[in-house]
Amino acid sequence: MTLDRRIRVYLLEAHFQFIDVLREPLFSIPVLAFPLVFYLFFGVILNFGGTSMPMPTYLLATYGVFGILGPALFNFGAGLATERDTGVLLLKQTTPMPVGAYFSAKITTALIFGATVVSALFLIAAYTAGVALYRWQWFALAGVLLAGVVPFCTLGLAIGAWVKGRSAVAIVNLIFLPMSMLSGLWIPIYVFGDFMQNMALVLPAYHHAQLALKVIGMDSGQPILLHVIVLAGQTFIFMIVAALGFRRTGGFSIRKS
Amino acid sequence: MENQFTGSDESVLARLSSVTHHYGSILALDGLDLEVRRGEVLGVLGPNGAGKTTAINLLLGNLRVQQGSVSVFGQDPGALQVRERRGAMLQVSGISGNLTVRENIELFSSYYPAPLAVAKLLSMAGLEDLSGRRFGKLSGGQKQRVMFALALAGDPELLFLDEPTTGLDVDARHRLWDEIRTLEVTAVLSTHNMAEVDALADRVIVIHHGRRIADGTPAEIKSHAAGRLVRCVTCTLPDEIKQLPGVIQAKVRGRHLEVQTTLPEDLVRNLLAQDEELVDLTVEAVDLENAFLSLTKESP
Repeated sequence: MTLDRRIRVYLLEAHFQFIDVLREPLFSIPVLAFPLVFYLFFGVILNFGGTSMPMPTYLLATYGVFGILGPALFNFGAGLATERDTGVLLLKQTTPMPVGAYFSAKITTALIFGATVVSALFLIAAYTAGVALYRWQWFALAGVLLAGVVPFCTLGLAIGAWVKGRSAVAIVNLIFLPMSMLSGLWIPIYVFGDFMQNMALVLPAYHHAQLALKVIGMDSGQPILLHVIVLAGQTFIFMIVAALGFRRTGGFSIRKS
Repeated sequence: MENQFTGSDESVLARLSSVTHHYGSILALDGLDLEVRRGEVLGVLGPNGAGKTTAINLLLGNLRVQQGSVSVFGQDPGALQVRERRGAMLQVSGISGNLTVRENIELFSSYYPAPLAVAKLLSMAGLEDLSGRRFGKLSGGQKQRVMFALALAGDPELLFLDEPTTGLDVDARHRLWDEIRTLEVTAVLSTHNMAEVDALADRVIVIHHGRRIADGTPAEIKSHAAGRLVRCVTCTLPDEIKQLPGVIQAKVRGRHLEVQTTLPEDLVRNLLAQDEELVDLTVEAVDLENAFLSLTKESP
Protein backbone atom coordinates (compact mmCIF):
# COMPACT_ATOMS: atom_id res chain seq x y z
CA MET A 1 0.00 0.00 0.00
CA THR A 2 1.45 3.36 -0.98
CA LEU A 3 2.03 5.94 1.73
CA ASP A 4 -0.54 8.48 0.57
CA ARG A 5 -3.19 5.78 0.25
CA ARG A 6 -2.29 4.54 3.70
CA ILE A 7 -2.63 8.05 5.13
CA ARG A 8 -5.97 8.44 3.37
CA VAL A 9 -7.28 5.19 4.88
CA TYR A 10 -6.13 6.23 8.37
CA LEU A 11 -7.82 9.62 8.01
CA LEU A 12 -11.06 8.30 6.56
CA GLU A 13 -11.32 5.52 9.12
CA ALA A 14 -10.87 8.06 11.93
CA HIS A 15 -13.25 10.53 10.27
CA PHE A 16 -16.04 8.01 9.88
CA GLN A 17 -15.56 6.35 13.26
CA PHE A 18 -15.77 9.77 14.84
CA ILE A 19 -18.94 10.68 12.94
CA ASP A 20 -20.41 7.30 13.81
CA VAL A 21 -20.07 7.78 17.58
CA LEU A 22 -20.89 11.49 17.42
CA ARG A 23 -24.25 10.56 15.92
CA GLU A 24 -24.84 8.07 18.71
CA PRO A 25 -26.58 10.13 21.40
CA LEU A 26 -26.25 7.34 23.95
CA PHE A 27 -22.51 7.69 23.61
CA SER A 28 -21.86 11.31 22.85
CA ILE A 29 -24.23 12.95 25.33
CA PRO A 30 -23.13 11.15 28.53
CA VAL A 31 -19.49 11.24 27.55
CA LEU A 32 -19.54 14.96 26.82
CA ALA A 33 -22.13 16.17 29.27
CA PHE A 34 -21.49 14.20 32.46
CA PRO A 35 -18.07 15.65 33.31
CA LEU A 36 -19.24 19.17 32.50
CA VAL A 37 -22.47 18.95 34.46
CA PHE A 38 -20.77 17.27 37.42
CA TYR A 39 -18.03 19.88 37.42
CA LEU A 40 -20.52 22.73 37.27
CA PHE A 41 -22.51 21.22 40.10
CA PHE A 42 -19.84 19.99 42.51
CA GLY A 43 -17.04 22.31 41.54
CA VAL A 44 -18.73 25.60 40.82
CA ILE A 45 -22.22 25.72 42.31
CA LEU A 46 -21.73 23.68 45.50
CA ASN A 47 -18.09 24.58 45.99
CA PHE A 48 -17.95 22.88 49.38
CA GLY A 49 -14.20 23.14 49.73
CA GLY A 50 -12.56 24.48 52.87
CA THR A 51 -10.13 27.32 52.95
CA SER A 52 -7.04 25.23 52.26
CA MET A 53 -7.95 24.01 48.77
CA PRO A 54 -9.76 26.00 46.11
CA MET A 55 -12.24 23.36 45.07
CA PRO A 56 -12.91 24.54 41.48
CA THR A 57 -9.20 24.30 40.73
CA TYR A 58 -8.79 20.89 42.33
CA LEU A 59 -11.85 19.42 40.61
CA LEU A 60 -10.85 20.87 37.25
CA ALA A 61 -7.96 18.39 37.22
CA THR A 62 -9.99 15.40 38.42
CA TYR A 63 -13.02 16.01 36.21
CA GLY A 64 -10.55 16.42 33.37
CA VAL A 65 -9.39 12.86 34.09
CA PHE A 66 -13.03 11.77 34.24
CA GLY A 67 -13.63 13.42 30.86
CA ILE A 68 -10.71 11.57 29.27
CA LEU A 69 -11.55 8.25 30.90
CA GLY A 70 -15.14 8.05 29.60
CA PRO A 71 -14.62 8.21 25.84
CA ALA A 72 -11.48 6.04 26.02
CA LEU A 73 -13.24 3.27 27.91
CA PHE A 74 -16.52 3.38 26.02
CA ASN A 75 -15.18 3.82 22.53
CA PHE A 76 -12.60 1.10 22.94
CA GLY A 77 -14.29 -1.23 25.40
CA ALA A 78 -17.87 -1.16 24.26
CA GLY A 79 -17.16 -0.17 20.65
CA LEU A 80 -14.67 -2.92 20.01
CA ALA A 81 -16.79 -5.62 21.66
CA THR A 82 -19.86 -4.60 19.67
CA GLU A 83 -18.02 -4.39 16.38
CA ARG A 84 -16.46 -7.78 16.95
CA ASP A 85 -19.77 -9.42 17.78
CA THR A 86 -21.66 -7.96 14.84
CA GLY A 87 -18.91 -9.27 12.55
CA VAL A 88 -17.94 -5.90 11.09
CA LEU A 89 -14.39 -6.30 12.41
CA LEU A 90 -14.12 -9.66 10.71
CA LEU A 91 -15.46 -8.13 7.50
CA LYS A 92 -12.90 -5.33 7.67
CA GLN A 93 -10.19 -7.88 8.33
CA THR A 94 -10.96 -9.51 4.98
CA THR A 95 -10.39 -6.17 3.21
CA PRO A 96 -6.96 -4.58 2.72
CA MET A 97 -7.65 -2.18 5.60
CA PRO A 98 -4.49 -1.94 7.75
CA VAL A 99 -5.39 -3.09 11.26
CA GLY A 100 -3.54 -0.05 12.61
CA ALA A 101 -6.05 2.26 10.90
CA TYR A 102 -8.86 0.77 12.93
CA PHE A 103 -7.09 1.17 16.26
CA SER A 104 -5.67 4.58 15.51
CA ALA A 105 -9.17 5.73 14.56
CA LYS A 106 -10.43 4.54 17.93
CA ILE A 107 -7.64 6.41 19.74
CA THR A 108 -8.19 9.53 17.64
CA THR A 109 -11.91 9.48 18.39
CA ALA A 110 -11.26 9.11 22.12
CA LEU A 111 -8.73 11.93 21.89
CA ILE A 112 -11.11 14.31 20.10
CA PHE A 113 -13.91 13.65 22.59
CA GLY A 114 -11.46 13.97 25.49
CA ALA A 115 -10.00 17.20 24.14
CA THR A 116 -13.49 18.62 23.67
CA VAL A 117 -14.42 17.87 27.27
CA VAL A 118 -11.13 19.27 28.58
CA SER A 119 -11.51 22.49 26.54
CA ALA A 120 -15.06 22.99 27.77
CA LEU A 121 -13.98 22.34 31.37
CA PHE A 122 -11.19 24.90 30.99
CA LEU A 123 -13.64 27.50 29.69
CA ILE A 124 -16.07 26.87 32.54
CA ALA A 125 -13.22 26.93 35.05
CA ALA A 126 -11.70 30.13 33.75
CA TYR A 127 -14.87 32.12 33.09
CA THR A 128 -17.42 30.93 35.62
CA ALA A 129 -15.42 29.41 38.48
CA GLY A 130 -12.67 31.97 38.51
CA VAL A 131 -9.89 29.40 38.32
CA ALA A 132 -6.60 31.19 37.81
CA LEU A 133 -3.55 29.23 36.63
CA TYR A 134 -0.28 30.22 35.05
CA ARG A 135 -0.27 29.85 31.32
CA TRP A 136 2.22 26.95 31.52
CA GLN A 137 -0.10 25.22 33.99
CA TRP A 138 -3.04 25.35 31.57
CA PHE A 139 -0.90 23.80 28.84
CA ALA A 140 0.76 21.27 31.11
CA LEU A 141 -2.59 20.25 32.58
CA ALA A 142 -4.08 19.79 29.11
CA GLY A 143 -1.06 17.74 28.04
CA VAL A 144 -1.13 15.49 31.11
CA LEU A 145 -4.87 14.96 30.78
CA LEU A 146 -4.72 14.05 27.09
CA ALA A 147 -1.83 11.65 27.69
CA GLY A 148 -4.28 9.66 29.82
CA VAL A 149 -5.79 8.41 26.57
CA VAL A 150 -2.91 5.91 26.34
CA PRO A 151 -3.48 3.89 29.55
CA PHE A 152 -7.26 4.30 29.41
CA CYS A 153 -7.55 3.19 25.78
CA THR A 154 -5.49 0.09 26.53
CA LEU A 155 -7.75 -0.62 29.52
CA GLY A 156 -10.72 -0.26 27.17
CA LEU A 157 -9.00 -2.54 24.68
CA ALA A 158 -8.47 -5.18 27.37
CA ILE A 159 -12.14 -5.03 28.33
CA GLY A 160 -13.31 -5.03 24.73
CA ALA A 161 -11.17 -8.04 23.90
CA TRP A 162 -12.86 -10.13 26.58
CA VAL A 163 -16.48 -9.11 27.00
CA LYS A 164 -19.45 -9.76 24.74
CA GLY A 165 -20.89 -6.86 22.77
CA ARG A 166 -24.25 -7.00 24.47
CA SER A 167 -22.86 -6.76 28.01
CA ALA A 168 -19.98 -4.43 27.13
CA VAL A 169 -21.64 -1.15 28.08
CA ALA A 170 -22.75 -2.54 31.44
CA ILE A 171 -19.31 -3.93 32.21
CA VAL A 172 -17.56 -0.73 31.17
CA ASN A 173 -19.89 1.19 33.49
CA LEU A 174 -19.08 -1.23 36.30
CA ILE A 175 -15.44 -0.29 35.93
CA PHE A 176 -15.82 3.34 34.88
CA LEU A 177 -18.08 4.63 37.64
CA PRO A 178 -16.58 2.90 40.73
CA MET A 179 -13.05 3.61 39.53
CA SER A 180 -13.90 7.30 39.04
CA MET A 181 -15.35 7.49 42.52
CA LEU A 182 -12.59 5.53 44.25
CA SER A 183 -9.82 7.41 42.43
CA GLY A 184 -11.11 10.69 43.82
CA LEU A 185 -12.32 12.09 40.52
CA TRP A 186 -15.67 13.24 41.88
CA ILE A 187 -14.82 13.97 45.48
CA PRO A 188 -11.21 14.72 46.51
CA ILE A 189 -9.28 11.61 47.53
CA TYR A 190 -8.17 13.15 50.83
CA VAL A 191 -11.80 13.11 52.02
CA PHE A 192 -11.58 9.30 52.12
CA GLY A 193 -10.02 7.35 54.99
CA ASP A 194 -6.53 5.88 54.85
CA PHE A 195 -7.81 2.47 53.81
CA MET A 196 -9.65 3.88 50.80
CA GLN A 197 -6.67 6.03 49.90
CA ASN A 198 -4.41 2.98 49.94
CA MET A 199 -6.90 1.01 47.84
CA ALA A 200 -6.79 3.77 45.25
CA LEU A 201 -3.10 3.02 44.64
CA VAL A 202 -4.08 0.13 42.35
CA LEU A 203 -6.31 2.28 40.14
CA PRO A 204 -4.87 3.83 36.98
CA ALA A 205 -7.28 6.77 37.21
CA TYR A 206 -5.88 7.59 40.65
CA HIS A 207 -2.33 7.84 39.34
CA HIS A 208 -3.41 9.83 36.34
CA ALA A 209 -5.36 12.22 38.55
CA GLN A 210 -2.33 12.63 40.83
CA LEU A 211 -0.20 13.59 37.84
CA ALA A 212 -2.80 16.15 36.77
CA LEU A 213 -3.02 17.50 40.33
CA LYS A 214 0.77 17.71 40.46
CA VAL A 215 0.62 20.37 37.75
CA ILE A 216 -1.48 22.61 40.00
CA GLY A 217 0.35 21.62 43.18
CA MET A 218 -2.59 19.82 44.80
CA ASP A 219 -1.53 16.17 44.65
CA SER A 220 -1.09 13.84 47.62
CA GLY A 221 2.67 14.21 47.49
CA GLN A 222 3.84 10.92 46.00
CA PRO A 223 6.70 11.17 43.48
CA ILE A 224 5.88 11.65 39.79
CA LEU A 225 7.99 8.66 38.94
CA LEU A 226 5.77 6.37 41.01
CA HIS A 227 2.67 7.41 39.06
CA VAL A 228 4.41 7.16 35.72
CA ILE A 229 5.84 3.72 36.48
CA VAL A 230 2.50 2.38 37.72
CA LEU A 231 0.67 3.74 34.67
CA ALA A 232 3.28 2.37 32.26
CA GLY A 233 3.19 -1.02 33.98
CA GLN A 234 -0.59 -1.14 33.92
CA THR A 235 -0.67 -0.13 30.26
CA PHE A 236 1.66 -3.03 29.55
CA ILE A 237 -0.51 -5.43 31.55
CA PHE A 238 -3.69 -4.24 29.78
CA MET A 239 -2.04 -4.90 26.42
CA ILE A 240 -1.15 -8.43 27.46
CA VAL A 241 -4.67 -9.02 28.75
CA ALA A 242 -6.04 -7.70 25.44
CA ALA A 243 -3.69 -9.89 23.42
CA LEU A 244 -4.78 -12.95 25.40
CA GLY A 245 -8.42 -12.01 24.77
CA PHE A 246 -7.85 -11.70 21.04
CA ARG A 247 -6.02 -15.00 21.02
CA ARG A 248 -8.85 -16.72 22.81
CA THR A 249 -11.47 -15.45 20.39
CA GLY A 250 -9.29 -16.06 17.33
CA GLY A 251 -8.42 -12.50 16.38
CA PHE A 252 -11.41 -10.41 15.39
CA SER A 253 -13.71 -13.28 14.68
CA ILE A 254 -17.08 -13.89 16.15
CA ARG A 255 -17.06 -16.62 18.76
CA LYS A 256 -18.62 -19.56 17.02
CA SER A 257 -18.87 -23.20 17.88
CA MET B 1 0.51 -6.88 -10.60
CA GLU B 2 2.32 -10.17 -10.96
CA ASN B 3 0.53 -13.44 -10.67
CA GLN B 4 2.37 -16.27 -9.03
CA PHE B 5 0.42 -19.48 -9.28
CA THR B 6 2.68 -21.94 -7.62
CA GLY B 7 1.96 -25.59 -8.15
CA SER B 8 -1.45 -25.06 -9.69
CA ASP B 9 -2.78 -24.27 -13.09
CA GLU B 10 -3.86 -20.77 -14.11
CA SER B 11 -7.53 -21.50 -14.11
CA VAL B 12 -7.81 -22.29 -10.40
CA LEU B 13 -8.20 -19.11 -8.38
CA ALA B 14 -8.64 -20.67 -4.96
CA ARG B 15 -8.09 -24.09 -3.49
CA LEU B 16 -8.60 -26.06 -0.32
CA SER B 17 -6.58 -29.29 -0.26
CA SER B 18 -7.35 -32.01 2.30
CA VAL B 19 -8.38 -29.44 4.85
CA THR B 20 -9.39 -30.66 8.29
CA HIS B 21 -10.56 -28.19 10.89
CA HIS B 22 -11.64 -28.58 14.51
CA TYR B 23 -13.30 -26.19 16.94
CA GLY B 24 -12.19 -27.77 20.17
CA SER B 25 -13.46 -31.32 19.94
CA ILE B 26 -15.98 -30.52 17.19
CA LEU B 27 -14.93 -31.58 13.72
CA ALA B 28 -16.02 -28.88 11.25
CA LEU B 29 -14.13 -29.94 8.12
CA ASP B 30 -12.94 -33.46 7.45
CA GLY B 31 -10.39 -33.60 4.64
CA LEU B 32 -12.24 -31.18 2.37
CA ASP B 33 -11.02 -30.55 -1.18
CA LEU B 34 -12.36 -27.60 -3.12
CA GLU B 35 -11.30 -25.74 -6.23
CA VAL B 36 -12.61 -22.45 -7.53
CA ARG B 37 -12.04 -22.09 -11.27
CA ARG B 38 -11.76 -18.79 -13.04
CA GLY B 39 -15.09 -17.49 -14.33
CA GLU B 40 -17.39 -19.86 -12.49
CA VAL B 41 -19.88 -19.34 -9.73
CA LEU B 42 -19.24 -22.23 -7.38
CA GLY B 43 -22.10 -23.09 -5.07
CA VAL B 44 -21.14 -24.63 -1.75
CA LEU B 45 -24.29 -26.30 -0.55
CA GLY B 46 -24.97 -27.98 2.73
CA PRO B 47 -27.26 -27.97 5.73
CA ASN B 48 -26.52 -25.64 8.63
CA GLY B 49 -23.42 -26.78 10.48
CA ALA B 50 -22.02 -28.64 7.47
CA GLY B 51 -18.82 -26.58 7.45
CA LYS B 52 -19.59 -24.06 4.70
CA THR B 53 -18.78 -20.97 6.72
CA THR B 54 -15.62 -22.61 8.04
CA ALA B 55 -14.51 -23.30 4.48
CA ILE B 56 -15.22 -19.70 3.47
CA ASN B 57 -13.43 -18.30 6.51
CA LEU B 58 -10.37 -20.41 5.69
CA LEU B 59 -10.41 -19.11 2.12
CA LEU B 60 -10.65 -15.57 3.52
CA GLY B 61 -7.72 -16.11 5.88
CA ASN B 62 -9.94 -15.50 8.90
CA LEU B 63 -9.11 -18.87 10.41
CA ARG B 64 -5.70 -20.39 10.82
CA VAL B 65 -5.24 -23.54 8.76
CA GLN B 66 -4.92 -26.50 11.10
CA GLN B 67 -4.37 -29.30 8.62
CA GLY B 68 -4.13 -29.35 4.84
CA SER B 69 -3.44 -26.35 2.66
CA VAL B 70 -5.33 -23.29 1.51
CA SER B 71 -4.33 -20.94 -1.27
CA VAL B 72 -5.99 -18.05 -3.08
CA PHE B 73 -4.40 -16.65 -6.25
CA GLY B 74 -1.62 -19.09 -5.41
CA GLN B 75 -0.82 -17.23 -2.22
CA ASP B 76 -1.65 -17.25 1.47
CA PRO B 77 -5.36 -16.34 1.74
CA GLY B 78 -4.64 -13.53 4.21
CA ALA B 79 -1.93 -11.84 2.11
CA LEU B 80 -2.47 -8.16 1.33
CA GLN B 81 -2.30 -8.77 -2.44
CA VAL B 82 -5.03 -11.38 -2.04
CA ARG B 83 -7.23 -9.12 0.07
CA GLU B 84 -6.93 -6.39 -2.56
CA ARG B 85 -8.31 -8.64 -5.32
CA ARG B 86 -11.10 -10.27 -3.38
CA GLY B 87 -14.45 -9.17 -1.98
CA ALA B 88 -16.63 -10.82 0.60
CA MET B 89 -20.18 -10.72 1.78
CA LEU B 90 -20.22 -12.39 5.17
CA GLN B 91 -22.90 -13.17 7.71
CA VAL B 92 -22.52 -9.84 9.43
CA SER B 93 -25.37 -8.47 11.49
CA GLY B 94 -24.46 -4.86 10.95
CA ILE B 95 -21.90 -2.25 10.04
CA SER B 96 -21.75 1.31 11.35
CA GLY B 97 -25.45 2.00 11.81
CA ASN B 98 -25.03 5.76 12.23
CA LEU B 99 -23.21 6.18 8.93
CA THR B 100 -25.19 6.58 5.74
CA VAL B 101 -25.11 4.03 2.94
CA ARG B 102 -22.83 6.30 0.94
CA GLU B 103 -20.46 6.90 3.86
CA ASN B 104 -20.10 3.19 4.54
CA ILE B 105 -19.37 2.54 0.87
CA GLU B 106 -16.87 5.42 0.72
CA LEU B 107 -15.05 4.02 3.74
CA PHE B 108 -14.75 0.51 2.32
CA SER B 109 -13.77 1.84 -1.10
CA SER B 110 -10.85 3.66 0.48
CA TYR B 111 -9.32 0.33 1.51
CA TYR B 112 -8.70 -0.77 -2.10
CA PRO B 113 -6.08 0.30 -4.64
CA ALA B 114 -8.50 0.54 -7.59
CA PRO B 115 -12.02 0.81 -6.20
CA LEU B 116 -15.15 1.15 -8.29
CA ALA B 117 -16.75 4.59 -8.21
CA VAL B 118 -19.18 5.04 -5.35
CA ALA B 119 -21.94 6.04 -7.80
CA LYS B 120 -21.39 2.84 -9.77
CA LEU B 121 -21.52 0.69 -6.61
CA LEU B 122 -24.74 2.40 -5.56
CA SER B 123 -26.30 1.66 -8.91
CA MET B 124 -25.03 -1.95 -9.08
CA ALA B 125 -26.65 -2.68 -5.74
CA GLY B 126 -29.78 -0.66 -6.51
CA LEU B 127 -29.10 1.78 -3.68
CA GLU B 128 -29.23 5.14 -5.50
CA ASP B 129 -32.34 6.26 -3.66
CA LEU B 130 -31.02 5.15 -0.30
CA SER B 131 -27.52 6.60 -0.43
CA GLY B 132 -28.25 9.27 2.19
CA ARG B 133 -30.05 6.99 4.60
CA ARG B 134 -28.35 5.70 7.73
CA PHE B 135 -27.50 2.03 7.57
CA GLY B 136 -29.31 1.37 10.85
CA LYS B 137 -32.59 2.58 9.36
CA LEU B 138 -32.59 0.14 6.42
CA SER B 139 -34.66 -3.02 6.03
CA GLY B 140 -32.98 -6.42 6.05
CA GLY B 141 -32.97 -6.66 2.26
CA GLN B 142 -31.58 -3.15 1.86
CA LYS B 143 -28.84 -3.91 4.39
CA GLN B 144 -27.84 -7.00 2.44
CA ARG B 145 -27.62 -4.89 -0.72
CA VAL B 146 -25.25 -2.54 1.10
CA MET B 147 -23.14 -5.53 2.16
CA PHE B 148 -23.16 -6.58 -1.48
CA ALA B 149 -21.94 -3.14 -2.55
CA LEU B 150 -19.16 -3.31 0.06
CA ALA B 151 -18.08 -6.71 -1.27
CA LEU B 152 -17.78 -5.19 -4.75
CA ALA B 153 -16.04 -2.02 -3.61
CA GLY B 154 -12.56 -3.13 -4.64
CA ASP B 155 -13.66 -4.38 -8.09
CA PRO B 156 -12.79 -7.94 -7.03
CA GLU B 157 -11.69 -10.79 -9.27
CA LEU B 158 -13.01 -13.25 -6.74
CA LEU B 159 -16.15 -12.76 -4.70
CA PHE B 160 -17.25 -14.69 -1.61
CA LEU B 161 -20.94 -14.75 -0.79
CA ASP B 162 -21.66 -16.49 2.50
CA GLU B 163 -25.41 -17.17 2.84
CA PRO B 164 -26.17 -13.89 1.07
CA THR B 165 -29.96 -14.08 1.28
CA THR B 166 -30.48 -15.74 4.65
CA GLY B 167 -33.32 -14.05 6.48
CA LEU B 168 -34.57 -12.13 3.45
CA ASP B 169 -38.12 -12.31 2.14
CA VAL B 170 -38.80 -13.67 -1.33
CA ASP B 171 -38.82 -10.29 -3.07
CA ALA B 172 -35.59 -9.12 -1.48
CA ARG B 173 -33.99 -12.48 -2.26
CA HIS B 174 -34.91 -12.37 -5.94
CA ARG B 175 -33.75 -8.80 -6.21
CA LEU B 176 -30.33 -9.67 -4.79
CA TRP B 177 -30.11 -12.71 -7.07
CA ASP B 178 -30.77 -10.48 -10.07
CA GLU B 179 -27.98 -8.18 -8.97
CA ILE B 180 -25.53 -11.05 -8.42
CA ARG B 181 -26.42 -12.56 -11.81
CA THR B 182 -25.44 -9.41 -13.69
CA LEU B 183 -21.86 -9.66 -12.43
CA GLU B 184 -19.16 -11.25 -14.48
CA VAL B 185 -16.92 -12.40 -11.72
CA THR B 186 -15.65 -15.62 -10.23
CA ALA B 187 -17.62 -16.29 -7.09
CA VAL B 188 -18.00 -18.74 -4.25
CA LEU B 189 -21.55 -18.91 -2.96
CA SER B 190 -22.32 -20.76 0.23
CA THR B 191 -25.93 -21.51 0.99
CA HIS B 192 -28.31 -24.11 2.33
CA ASN B 193 -30.88 -23.09 -0.24
CA MET B 194 -31.11 -25.31 -3.32
CA ALA B 195 -33.07 -22.64 -5.20
CA GLU B 196 -30.22 -20.22 -4.62
CA VAL B 197 -27.57 -22.43 -6.21
CA ASP B 198 -30.04 -23.23 -8.96
CA ALA B 199 -30.45 -19.52 -9.67
CA LEU B 200 -26.79 -18.54 -9.45
CA ALA B 201 -24.26 -21.36 -9.57
CA ASP B 202 -22.54 -23.01 -12.52
CA ARG B 203 -21.18 -25.83 -10.41
CA VAL B 204 -22.09 -27.09 -6.97
CA ILE B 205 -20.32 -29.03 -4.30
CA VAL B 206 -22.34 -30.45 -1.47
CA ILE B 207 -20.79 -30.55 1.99
CA HIS B 208 -22.08 -32.66 4.83
CA HIS B 209 -20.33 -33.13 8.16
CA GLY B 210 -17.31 -31.33 6.75
CA ARG B 211 -16.89 -33.65 3.78
CA ARG B 212 -17.63 -33.22 0.12
CA ILE B 213 -20.37 -35.66 -0.75
CA ALA B 214 -21.27 -34.51 -4.25
CA ASP B 215 -19.99 -32.32 -7.05
CA GLY B 216 -21.93 -31.42 -10.16
CA THR B 217 -24.17 -28.98 -11.95
CA PRO B 218 -27.18 -27.63 -10.06
CA ALA B 219 -29.42 -29.82 -12.22
CA GLU B 220 -27.48 -32.94 -11.29
CA ILE B 221 -27.61 -32.12 -7.61
CA LYS B 222 -31.27 -31.25 -7.82
CA SER B 223 -32.13 -34.60 -9.31
CA HIS B 224 -31.24 -36.10 -5.95
CA ALA B 225 -34.11 -34.17 -4.48
CA ALA B 226 -36.57 -35.33 -7.13
CA GLY B 227 -39.92 -36.92 -6.44
CA ARG B 228 -41.66 -37.37 -3.11
CA LEU B 229 -40.74 -38.84 0.20
CA VAL B 230 -43.14 -41.48 1.47
CA ARG B 231 -42.93 -42.48 5.12
CA CYS B 232 -44.90 -45.07 7.02
CA VAL B 233 -44.69 -47.70 9.72
CA THR B 234 -44.93 -51.06 8.01
CA CYS B 235 -43.48 -54.53 8.03
CA THR B 236 -42.51 -54.21 4.36
CA LEU B 237 -38.73 -54.13 3.99
CA PRO B 238 -36.83 -51.66 1.78
CA ASP B 239 -35.49 -54.43 -0.43
CA GLU B 240 -39.02 -55.52 -1.31
CA ILE B 241 -39.86 -52.22 -2.98
CA LYS B 242 -36.52 -51.04 -4.34
CA GLN B 243 -37.34 -52.60 -7.69
CA LEU B 244 -40.66 -50.79 -8.10
CA PRO B 245 -40.85 -48.19 -10.90
CA GLY B 246 -39.94 -44.68 -9.81
CA VAL B 247 -38.27 -45.63 -6.55
CA ILE B 248 -34.99 -43.76 -6.11
CA GLN B 249 -34.08 -45.13 -2.73
CA ALA B 250 -35.61 -46.81 0.27
CA LYS B 251 -34.39 -47.20 3.80
CA VAL B 252 -35.51 -47.73 7.37
CA ARG B 253 -35.14 -44.83 9.74
CA GLY B 254 -36.24 -45.53 13.29
CA ARG B 255 -39.65 -47.20 13.13
CA HIS B 256 -40.35 -45.78 9.71
CA LEU B 257 -39.75 -46.97 6.22
CA GLU B 258 -38.66 -44.04 4.06
CA VAL B 259 -38.92 -44.20 0.31
CA GLN B 260 -37.99 -41.53 -2.20
CA THR B 261 -39.92 -42.01 -5.42
CA THR B 262 -41.03 -40.18 -8.53
CA LEU B 263 -44.28 -42.17 -8.59
CA PRO B 264 -45.70 -41.79 -5.08
CA GLU B 265 -49.25 -42.91 -5.97
CA ASP B 266 -48.04 -46.24 -7.36
CA LEU B 267 -45.85 -46.79 -4.37
CA VAL B 268 -48.57 -46.05 -1.82
CA ARG B 269 -51.02 -48.39 -3.59
CA ASN B 270 -48.37 -51.08 -3.53
CA LEU B 271 -47.46 -50.56 0.13
CA LEU B 272 -51.09 -50.68 1.23
CA ALA B 273 -51.66 -53.85 -0.75
CA GLN B 274 -48.66 -55.54 0.83
CA ASP B 275 -49.40 -54.61 4.44
CA GLU B 276 -52.89 -53.97 5.74
CA GLU B 277 -51.48 -53.03 9.14
CA LEU B 278 -49.60 -50.06 7.69
CA VAL B 279 -49.98 -46.86 9.77
CA ASP B 280 -48.68 -43.32 10.04
CA LEU B 281 -48.42 -42.69 6.32
CA THR B 282 -47.14 -39.36 5.07
CA VAL B 283 -46.17 -38.12 1.62
CA GLU B 284 -44.08 -34.97 1.39
CA ALA B 285 -41.74 -33.11 -0.90
CA VAL B 286 -38.11 -34.17 -0.65
CA ASP B 287 -36.29 -31.33 1.02
CA LEU B 288 -32.64 -30.70 0.62
CA GLU B 289 -31.88 -32.17 4.01
CA ASN B 290 -33.26 -35.51 2.82
CA ALA B 291 -31.43 -35.25 -0.46
CA PHE B 292 -28.23 -34.66 1.49
CA LEU B 293 -28.94 -37.65 3.67
CA SER B 294 -29.37 -39.80 0.61
CA LEU B 295 -26.10 -38.50 -0.77
CA THR B 296 -24.41 -39.31 2.50
CA LYS B 297 -25.66 -42.87 2.26
CA GLU B 298 -24.30 -43.22 -1.25
CA SER B 299 -20.84 -42.04 -0.44
CA PRO B 300 -18.44 -44.87 0.40
